[in-house]
Amino acid sequence: MKPALNTGNVDVVANAMAREVLTDAEGKANGVSYVSKDDMQEYEATAKVVVLAASACESARLLLNSKSSKHPNGLANSSNVVGKYLHDSTGTGMGGILPKLMGRKRYNEDGVGGMHVYSPWWLDNKKLDFARGYHIEYYGGMGMPGYGFGFGMQNTNGKYPGRDGKQKEAGGYGASLKDDYRYFYGAHFGMDGRGEAIAREDNYCEIDPKTVDKFGIPVLRFNYKWSDQEVKQAKHMKDTFREIIHKMGGIVTWGGDDGPENDYGLEAPGRIIHEVGTTRMGKDPAKSALNKFNQAHDCKNLFVVDGGAFVSQADKNPTWTILALAMRASEYMIDEIKKQNL
Amino acid sequence: MKTLAVGTVGTLSAASLIESCKPEDNPKQVAATPTIDRTAAELEHDNKLMADQFFDEHEMKTISVLADIIIPKDEVSDSATDAKVPDFIEFIVKDMPRHQTPLRGGLKWLDLQCAKKFSYPFVDCNSSQQIEMVDAIAFPEKAKPEMQQGVAFFNLLRDLTATGFFTSKIGIDDLGYVGNKPNQWDGVPKEVLDQYGVKYDERTLAESVKFES
Repeated sequence: MKPALNTGNVDVVANAMAREVLTDAEGKANGVSYVSKDDMQEYEATAKVVVLAASACESARLLLNSKSSKHPNGLANSSNVVGKYLHDSTGTGMGGILPKLMGRKRYNEDGVGGMHVYSPWWLDNKKLDFARGYHIEYYGGMGMPGYGFGFGMQNTNGKYPGRDGKQKEAGGYGASLKDDYRYFYGAHFGMDGRGEAIAREDNYCEIDPKTVDKFGIPVLRFNYKWSDQEVKQAKHMKDTFREIIHKMGGIVTWGGDDGPENDYGLEAPGRIIHEVGTTRMGKDPAKSALNKFNQAHDCKNLFVVDGGAFVSQADKNPTWTILALAMRASEYMIDEIKKQNL
Repeated sequence: MKTLAVGTVGTLSAASLIESCKPEDNPKQVAATPTIDRTAAELEHDNKLMADQFFDEHEMKTISVLADIIIPKDEVSDSATDAKVPDFIEFIVKDMPRHQTPLRGGLKWLDLQCAKKFSYPFVDCNSSQQIEMVDAIAFPEKAKPEMQQGVAFFNLLRDLTATGFFTSKIGIDDLGYVGNKPNQWDGVPKEVLDQYGVKYDERTLAESVKFES
């Protein structure tokens, strides 16, 4: 923000809840109406170009709430795809304790994030029963204690002898428990899989016909189900993590009990907060909302530069790609403005 | 409806909604004016929370006795009450209301068990009676079926005592956490690599690691 503010060409309106994108009689965007959370009054910001970056679901909500005679199905939605093809990363994890790391020497390990280890997708789907892949994020180490430090000691200290070498009864209290927290500090190790879900037309968000928020803005409701592709991918994650922990000589302390009855611990859709797809880009205006420059097919001076533009997420965390696409869209906007096309 | 062109709108700053007062006048109040990490609305929320009281005196006494049974003073560091764990637990149930009923109900359950067995609430039992009660709920894998609610309560209290203790200064020093200070990461220290019989490969050593500290 600071470099932008320093140009003197930026004004920030904070605490503003955008209500809808305004369009003129020809269907061109000409501003945004919003309510100020400071005084609960209605305002409008007029503009020559409108750029939405409210995050996938919220941008879709804004577009669907921006109906007009030229855009009866919502702004930028003649394709009817806005809100659809919503998807999030798959996610499930497992962790354990590594006896080799018990009673660790202390040193400042703050410089190590994610154990400086990362596993990109490494297998051939032709040999597997699910499509797409996942990466593995790792964690552990002697980090600064925060809320949650020490939780679940009863799941650890009964499984492996403490400092005195004797197997003890899980849980407990007192000086021996106190020493367990010290002894196991830095010996925990965890893995999270983050994978690619398949974008489907029948996974979507839409405007709830009955419900508004406290600003009177219609809210979204969701229709989303993991398919067997994502569940099988989660099972593969669990099998892989269990094997890795076992081969490291570790003992699983959490995440080992999930099974088909709970989709192998597959996180609820949205929990991984990589929601994308709701305003997807494409060449065909009948099947997509935006073109390759994040520009709305139906409204040339409207852009959507958040994750909604993704057609498919891949298994990577989406933020950097969102930034790259936003940069590309911005350069195109500048170019088009110079050519007086916008 | 007011209309504003974007060009005329300056940055709106949050006005202080709370009257200024020195924190020393009311020890339970946090800072009065918005700071870099708290907006006016957050300050209002924090002040309301800190002015509230959830546990009564009897409950706080019971929590204190239990916390020191869970994490007592030892040769390395002081006890849970020395590290103000009961105050942390009082704060955390206001910040995370989902803990309120499990803790309040658990304390009540504990007092009822002690009344049945020893005719006194937990804090008024002698220490061997208290330990006998704790023994019945501190070991999830061998506790009797009728003690399961007590096991759940004690698991929660053990968790909160551990977090409250090891996030205090006393606890962090006890643990030996040495981070959160200016540092340059130069790889795992040599004596630790030697302890595990591992070493960096030549290229990593040449390009990324120097053992200078």
